[in-house]
Amino acid sequence: MSVEIRSAPHIKADSGVVKIMRNVVWSLLPICAFYIWQYGISALASLVVVTAACLAAEEFFLRLGRQSGDLGDWSATITGILLALTLPAGFPLWMGAVAGFVAIGLGKAIFGGIGHNLFNPALVGRGFVQAAFPTAIATYTPSFMPGRFSEFIPSSLALPFMTPADTTAWAASHLDGVSSATPLARWKFEGVLASNWDLLTSLSGHLAVGPSPLLILACGAYLAWRGYLDWRIPAAVLGSAALLAAALYPLNPQHFPEPGFVLFSGGLMLGAVYMATDMVTSPVTPRGMWVYGALIGALTVIIRYSGGLPEGVMYAILIGNAATPMIERVTQPPAFGTAPTKETKA
Amino acid sequence: MKLFTFLRGEAFARGIHPPEHKGTAGMPITRVPFAPRLIVPLSQNVGRPAKPIVKVGQEVLRGQPLAQADGFVSVPHHAPVSGVVEAIRLNPTSGGLWTESVIIRALPGSPQSVEWEEPQDLDNVDDSGLIAAVQRTGIVGLGGGVFPTHAKLRVPKEFPVDTLVVNGCECEPYLTSDHRIMVERAKDIMKGIAMSRRLLKNPRAIIGVEDNKPDAVEALRAALPPGGEITVESVPTKYPQGAGEMLIKTLLNREVPPDARSYSVGAYVQNVATLAYMGALAPRGRGFIERVITVAGNAVARPGNYLVPMGTPLRFLLDYVGAPEAGVEVIFGGPMMGQAVACLDAPITKGVSGILVFRARDLEAPSTKKSFPCIKCGKCVESCPMGLNPSTLGMLAAKRQYDTMADHYRLGACFECGTCSYVCPANIPLVQQFRVAKQVLRGKPEKAA
Ligand code: SF4
Ligand code: SF4
Repeated sequence: MSVEIRSAPHIKADSGVVKIMRNVVWSLLPICAFYIWQYGISALASLVVVTAACLAAEEFFLRLGRQSGDLGDWSATITGILLALTLPAGFPLWMGAVAGFVAIGLGKAIFGGIGHNLFNPALVGRGFVQAAFPTAIATYTPSFMPGRFSEFIPSSLALPFMTPADTTAWAASHLDGVSSATPLARWKFEGVLASNWDLLTSLSGHLAVGPSPLLILACGAYLAWRGYLDWRIPAAVLGSAALLAAALYPLNPQHFPEPGFVLFSGGLMLGAVYMATDMVTSPVTPRGMWVYGALIGALTVIIRYSGGLPEGVMYAILIGNAATPMIERVTQPPAFGTAPTKETKA
Repeated sequence: MKLFTFLRGEAFARGIHPPEHKGTAGMPITRVPFAPRLIVPLSQNVGRPAKPIVKVGQEVLRGQPLAQADGFVSVPHHAPVSGVVEAIRLNPTSGGLWTESVIIRALPGSPQSVEWEEPQDLDNVDDSGLIAAVQRTGIVGLGGGVFPTHAKLRVPKEFPVDTLVVNGCECEPYLTSDHRIMVERAKDIMKGIAMSRRLLKNPRAIIGVEDNKPDAVEALRAALPPGGEITVESVPTKYPQGAGEMLIKTLLNREVPPDARSYSVGAYVQNVATLAYMGALAPRGRGFIERVITVAGNAVARPGNYLVPMGTPLRFLLDYVGAPEAGVEVIFGGPMMGQAVACLDAPITKGVSGILVFRARDLEAPSTKKSFPCIKCGKCVESCPMGLNPSTLGMLAAKRQYDTMADHYRLGACFECGTCSYVCPANIPLVQQFRVAKQVLRGKPEKAA
């Protein structure tokens, strides 16, 4: 038969899963570059090892079969990069590899691969190492250490199943008076607040922080503008976190930080822009996205203020993921033809 | 105007902007010569097939009835060319089904003029006489609905119509036949509007034209009769603006409830081409024997807006416009909702508004691409004009939970506009799945209420 028979529609928007994923990877590259500039070869090694572990795990489970997707869809690459960005820069590399493997294995493969997972794989991996290696995951190092391009942070190179070297002493020996505690931990346990501007840009001071919130915002804005990321979710997460923080602040200005600190510290920005927006694990309905984002923002603040740990973004997003099917059920789009008629004079 | 539409909420919600590809918009309507043999199927529309009233071997004049309506929801068919009835036999149609058709061998040098007509003074007939006159033309909904036009004009008395919505949107990419009709035959459209308004008890009429056709708006405005009961509105260009419900929403901000007809909200929608042919043919007592069709697509050497005699074999027309017959996909209608043609021996029938020919190798249809599982990007939900959730519907379809689709996710409201499949980055053939689901559900015995 010489004529082709296809089902309508016969044309197609210029987009695709691979294209979306590839663009997300590209948008992450500036963030990675800045992160490496902050932390040197340790950060580079961490990004490479964690991403490689994710790709290896993906390949492994694909070979086992009954998985959808393939390595070329870039989704495991995204998981790897995001996971590495949530870990301390000096996180022991072998632990990073474990995190990567668990992220793909427990976070994605057991659900059936791309599109089927319930939780954000990167956060599943991070959750696992948080439970398995509670000390290492809480051990941060200050940024912009002298010699960071020639020397690894000692904990990076820890041998498997060995206790990593003490980075606090190492940091103190390199640079006087810096703190290896994260700004969030210092607020929580010492009552010291870092400057918002320093947090936002991550440019000055030797802060023990993750990638720059400002850069994350910029890269996320680019993605949203290209239509590869739904702006509603970060807007809802950041909006609800800021609102709740602003509402709580006057109750106890001694203890509660102001909204700016809440937004720019810890992993909230990365979580709001890149983790909560993971398409597979967030609602498809526009109204659902608002609810989901607001829930994550509020939970983050609540966990930070009242939990035992300084950071709460990860748990907030995982809870949001778990609530997604329920949120979707109650936020189905309004049916055409059921809205009350409001006549306009044409 | 732009500001006005913005202020009142910018058209219907959601929808998409596919590339328009309306390169034929500026090409005047030109005639296609007669094929040596024309094929007139007796069943071309919704309703009962017509009953043949000619005999094999009989000579017929161009415009003479070949078959008469069988009941009210049925229309006659007329000879598109002067010639001899060669046979009345089964012939394939575009979908591949074989139906009873009248085959006419054209006389050499057959005239282009219409040789058979029964003019009538429609001002002096009552409403049922006017409806009968429309039925005699054999016109059916030319926008693709193919419902007999006269039957649609009989609106139940309990539904007063306050607005005749004239659909000049032509929102499908590539198609420009309605556009040309608005530019070249605005007077005929006004005649058709006048007839329809009379039957609908004189509602106001609003002609909605997408704002990518300013010349059509201008031509229509120039042809408006005095009095102000008929207006022309430029509406935002957005797919599927040409769906009746969406145009009613845009122009009147009324939503037709699910399972209801548009007259339940006081609106009656008619397509511009249908009105133009009604206005031109009914008063002269002529039959619908040819129509304007856009022929386009990347495999067509000479695209354009052609006046094609009904019953012209597709193969003849493809040859005339310089399109290859092998390695192509041929579509009757637009690229979003049109039907792929299974058999090139099929004739062109009343419901064909466009013929698109694409080279098979650069087909863009979602069904040709590698598909992924749904990544829940939400694009389909954001675009579905009916406010459905194609993502969830698609997942249910994959699990064959057709009843859940219908009962909880309003499958029935889907009018298969193709928007969801068009936007889906995972290339899931959503509409195709919905069509199958509906077919399965139709095949099931009604559930006891
Ligand atoms: S085809 Fe149906 S479900 Fe898909 S966008 Fe159109 S109306 Fe919505
Ligand atoms: S557009 Fe496709 S991938 Fe995106 S939510 Fe809809 S069905 Fe899923």
